[in-house]
Amino acid sequence: MRTDVILRVVAKLLIPFALMFALYVQFHGDFGPGGGFQAGVIVAAAVIFYGVIYGLPAARRAVPDRAVELMVAAGVLLYAGVGVAGILLGGNYLDYFVLASDPVHGQHRGIFWVEAGVAITVSGVMLKVFYLFAGRGRDPEDEA
Amino acid sequence: MLAEHFPALLVVTPLVAAPLIVVVRSARAGWAMALAACLAAVLMAAQLLARVAASGPVSYAIGSWPPPWGIEYRVDAASALVALLVSAIGTASVVYARRSAAAEIGGERLYLFYALMMLCLAGLLGMVVTGDAFNLFVFLEISSLSTYVLVALGRDRRALTASFQYLILGTVGATFYVMGVGILYLATGTLNLADLAVRLPQAADPRAATVAIAFITAGLGLKLAMFPLHAWLPGAYAHAPSAVSAFLAGTATKVAIYALARIWFSVYGADALLRDIPVAPVLAALSVAAAFIASGAAIVQDDLKRMLAYSSVGQVGYITLGLSLATEPGVAAAIAHVVNHGVTKSALFMLAGAMALRLGGTRFSDLAGVGRTMPVITFAFVIGGLSLIGVPGTAGFVTKWALAGAAIRAGQPVFAAVVLLSSLLAVAYIWRFVECAYFREPPAGAPAPGEAPASMTGTALALTAAVVAMGLHGAPVLGAAGRAAAALMGGAR
Repeated sequence: MRTDVILRVVAKLLIPFALMFALYVQFHGDFGPGGGFQAGVIVAAAVIFYGVIYGLPAARRAVPDRAVELMVAAGVLLYAGVGVAGILLGGNYLDYFVLASDPVHGQHRGIFWVEAGVAITVSGVMLKVFYLFAGRGRDPEDEA
Repeated sequence: MLAEHFPALLVVTPLVAAPLIVVVRSARAGWAMALAACLAAVLMAAQLLARVAASGPVSYAIGSWPPPWGIEYRVDAASALVALLVSAIGTASVVYARRSAAAEIGGERLYLFYALMMLCLAGLLGMVVTGDAFNLFVFLEISSLSTYVLVALGRDRRALTASFQYLILGTVGATFYVMGVGILYLATGTLNLADLAVRLPQAADPRAATVAIAFITAGLGLKLAMFPLHAWLPGAYAHAPSAVSAFLAGTATKVAIYALARIWFSVYGADALLRDIPVAPVLAALSVAAAFIASGAAIVQDDLKRMLAYSSVGQVGYITLGLSLATEPGVAAAIAHVVNHGVTKSALFMLAGAMALRLGGTRFSDLAGVGRTMPVITFAFVIGGLSLIGVPGTAGFVTKWALAGAAIRAGQPVFAAVVLLSSLLAVAYIWRFVECAYFREPPAGAPAPGEAPASMTGTALALTAAVVAMGLHGAPVLGAAGRAAAALMGGAR
């Protein structure tokens, strides 16, 4: 879609706002609808949108395959790491109460990092699926 | 100090190993990390089994939310025994996989195979230790999804069909299970298994309990390959990579059996099962059909792995027959057969995989004269086969004897006759292998005499030796299974 100026300009305008909205959904998830899964999907959707308009190679340059695979693993590790931190601080697995001196604050801190882990893995998996399907049966370099 | 966290760490260790393997991106390091995670799981499961035997069930509140509000992990004699079986078979499969998977899967994505093995192990162990009906569903899906991919990694394209068929049927099974759990939640307002056991008899509408057990039995029945819901199993086991077949044959169906026994006897209780809801007679009839029809189907297969898969369906029939007796000796015999058959069938799939590696396939035409080209592997296979038949001196005999005894004590001598008569079918299919391996000439162009790589042969022989050891000295497994049955049937845990 090299020549579709309107699409390209609109995409450029929209993508930053989509990413911003993802952050809002992520951090407002404690208090209202939203959370890591939804935010992760929105982040991935923004990158996929970029890929649809500017081509798969451009998306792969912006978010390389290696980074996507790392995201898939890193989110799970972050989630599990919060659980292990609970054990190390003297609680049970996934115990958020002990993550801060004040238990309520500890709950906030725990769910913050867990949701961050969810968002990272979800957007990683979404992008991995997109790259795999979109990249099927084509040379990565011959995208117009 | 760390030991008190073992119920959670048992699941977390393989669960963390999986993404770490993905980060490291090396098959060699991935194998080492998978092996380390498996060994850690074995040690933790063994420690838990010893602790449970000494001082009773262990309860662990995830996130320090007390049960029944939070998710409870609960390890008793039954879950610890199955956890030890699963992690031990997992360890053996990972050791075996280093050469086997390298030959069958290969390529630069081999490290993902080990990550999937770890995810599958985490899911299976989670199903075993959790005390929460919905958490069990989550772990069921974790293990199932990784299993579908593992099966699809098989050598030829038929693995894709087999995997897809398993995916469809497995998803139907999991959906039925979660529908049953949903009905239980509506009727009682709780998901904790122990709490369910208390509240279910007080539920306003007893029909909810009946519908829920029907859904759960059908759903888990699909996952444990209860006849006639076994259609996915032969293809999945026959076309999966050898290490995966060996791993799944000893663990996946066994954990589903554990889950079914847990819900039947710990949540519903044997009395309610026999008195109010006629699931036990239905299961008994299906078990008898499995023992005869699936074992009969095993005789006419032309592929060794497919034969073993049908034999698994028949052997699962013995296990569910023990459960359907709904007596403590019957359940004990079923649990003991879970362990003994799990080890036996894993050993047999590993031996079949070793033959496949050198002969290029496991069709009976490939295996002609294998007794001369691979004498050690073939002899070990015959020993494992004797255990499937139930010949004295092998693990299969110990548990079939216990099962027949339990049937007679439960006033059902006809089931003892079923065990004996259907074992004759196992004689037939094992004889087919013996005839093919020893009395036929190797085809022209057969490989020179020699065994598979030492790591594969060694693991397979170690499991075969365990089959004989458990056959000669059956008391430890029978004792542990007896304690497991007592724990399962102890009503509200």
